[in-house]
Amino acid sequence: MTDTSVAAQVAAKWRKKRGSLIMALHELQDIKGYVPWDDAMEMAKDMNVPLARIYEVLTFYNFFKLEAPGKAVISVCTGTACYLKGNDKTLEEFKKQLGIDEGESTPDKMFHLQCVRCVGCCGLAPVCVVNGKTYGRVTTGDVSNIIAEWRKKFEDEDKE
Amino acid sequence: MADMSEIEKRFDIHEIAKTKQQEIDKFDCNIYCCHSTGCKSSGSDEILDILQKTIEEHNLQEKVRIVATGCMGLCAQGPLIRVEIKGQKDVLYKRVEPLISRIIVTEHIIPALKLKASEQFTLPEVLQKYVLSLDLPFFTKQEKVVLKMAGHLNPEDIQEYMAAGGYLALEKVLKTMTPAQVIEEIKKSGLRGRGGAGFPTGNKWDFASRVKAEDSKFIICNGDEGDPGAYMDRSILESNPHGVIEGMMIAAYAIGATEGWFYIRAEYPLAVERIEKAIKACKKNRLLGNNIMGTNFNFNIDIRLGAGAFVCGEETALIHSIEGKRGTPRPRPPYPTDKGLWDKPSCINNVETLANVAPIILKGAEWFSSFGTATSKGTKVFALTGQVEHSGLIEVPMGTTINEIVNEIGGGVPNGKKLKAVQTGGPSGGVIPTEYINLPLCYDELKKVGSIMGSGGMIVIDESSDMVDLAKFYLDFTVDESCGKCAPCRIGGKQMLMLLEKISKGQATKEDINTLQQIANAMQKASLCGLGQTAPNPVLSTLRFFRKEYEAKVSKNKE
Repeated sequence: MTDTSVAAQVAAKWRKKRGSLIMALHELQDIKGYVPWDDAMEMAKDMNVPLARIYEVLTFYNFFKLEAPGKAVISVCTGTACYLKGNDKTLEEFKKQLGIDEGESTPDKMFHLQCVRCVGCCGLAPVCVVNGKTYGRVTTGDVSNIIAEWRKKFEDEDKE
Repeated sequence: MADMSEIEKRFDIHEIAKTKQQEIDKFDCNIYCCHSTGCKSSGSDEILDILQKTIEEHNLQEKVRIVATGCMGLCAQGPLIRVEIKGQKDVLYKRVEPLISRIIVTEHIIPALKLKASEQFTLPEVLQKYVLSLDLPFFTKQEKVVLKMAGHLNPEDIQEYMAAGGYLALEKVLKTMTPAQVIEEIKKSGLRGRGGAGFPTGNKWDFASRVKAEDSKFIICNGDEGDPGAYMDRSILESNPHGVIEGMMIAAYAIGATEGWFYIRAEYPLAVERIEKAIKACKKNRLLGNNIMGTNFNFNIDIRLGAGAFVCGEETALIHSIEGKRGTPRPRPPYPTDKGLWDKPSCINNVETLANVAPIILKGAEWFSSFGTATSKGTKVFALTGQVEHSGLIEVPMGTTINEIVNEIGGGVPNGKKLKAVQTGGPSGGVIPTEYINLPLCYDELKKVGSIMGSGGMIVIDESSDMVDLAKFYLDFTVDESCGKCAPCRIGGKQMLMLLEKISKGQATKEDINTLQQIANAMQKASLCGLGQTAPNPVLSTLRFFRKEYEAKVSKNKE
């Protein structure tokens, strides 16, 4: 299956449903990890939606990524409960250890660092999420362990 | 019923409920393991696995039932397990580790099951430190309507919901009540919108029902819970999805809606998954589709996801988002009840509002309005977080005081620090200082002190927090989330943020504080939608109660 056919398939699934553009973009991002420009163009054609509409939607909602993120997406929660429990320090520690700013990926494309507004686990504050796995009551001391855990995971996968 | 055919029996909710209840009654022991986002991230998946294996190893499948439930409330102490053995006192375990879950089976459940009904089991010491007393005010002081089934029900099993009385309210409505009677009952109950503004739900339904639908009319469930620090809607969707669906179906019947929509944040994948599963189960059980329960009521539900835009909680922005467009608000009127989704009449209700509907129909408006104050009826779910001992999800009658919530249910501020204020309503709300500690929490009282009920986030703030910094935190959020459509919000927010930064850095003058206040007042009046109108609230309320902290930061600079 070539890359372009993914967009075609997603478009075919949602084309006839009302108000489905955001759903289609979600599905595309689920599969690809981001919304590649070529796929967006193909989808515009297949769904009969102007490309400008897709672009305005993609840039309005901050859930959509337009560039390929690192393999492990680290989301640091910046909700109120996490803020009060000092998650800004965790964020700084991630920035320091990975050498990147928020919204950026490491040069080896292994990690992507981003801030999210409340993941709804306020009871566990401060919280970080890495590729869907939630870490609660995170301290700055945990940062290196979290990074090491995922680095090891990817290295093990590569060996297999 | 003797004349019921086999097929009718298969879809009869009473039959399903009866069979399921008989099945449940066969077990001597129920283990409820919290399987909500909070406890899942503390490792409840692994614990469920171990419990299952241990039960099988000891051949107890006939006696012990394991239920993966929704949120039990005390998220900070998760993973939580509740063990209920017939004839024995219920035991709640906190912070369960994998090994402990095995010991709970071997050292608690197995020996306790061997006892006679009159004998009480004493827990071994190794387990005692994991026990969370059910006599804590955290549990005894709560009054559960919406969260009643959470923690006692597998949210992914429609039959369990039916066994607990699920869909009986729908049946009552469809078979014995007219839409007007349903609306009247909701009006009488005094239920008000739980999303924040507190508009009377019965009145909204009344308006929606009066609009003539040419072809379609929609009911929309607003699950775009964007307030950082609030997660009741996620929890309700995760722990009792059928409760929300049933409420939506009753609303649909009352207003004459033909289709229902769930709009849920993409950041809540588990809530989305559970609603999806619940809709599928309803279709399979003929509770969605045509001729529901043998009546001429037809209804279907679909889901649309948000994509990380706070403004989409505003109803006109939400409508645009469901349509697949940028989520920008538009001026009202026309109100969505006249012109909503695809220009068709649409009624938008919050998750918690809909979750209240079925209990009201079943138990009556009078029962519901027996809770609460003169103008705010029923209960409210709060997400109690921040600097408080027992952080978690609580449900209390309207009118409960801040003192009762923070100091009794919440167990007070930890580390010997003093309470400084609580914040309600998130980025649209305000702070309430300790002098109002006996303020009863309801829509009107909160408004008087410059805050709002909001969706139910309650952040406890201790003496070490800087209020200017807190105001800046919220404003930073709303500036980031402003859609940019109207100037007061787009420009005003940014200007205020710059002033706050100047104040924080100690570079501001007294005049800057006045300017800040002026912009805030203008923004409140001139903004297009609720986001801009309420965005200055955190600044205004910290200015009102903690002006000294602002002034302390500028005192060094003259004029």
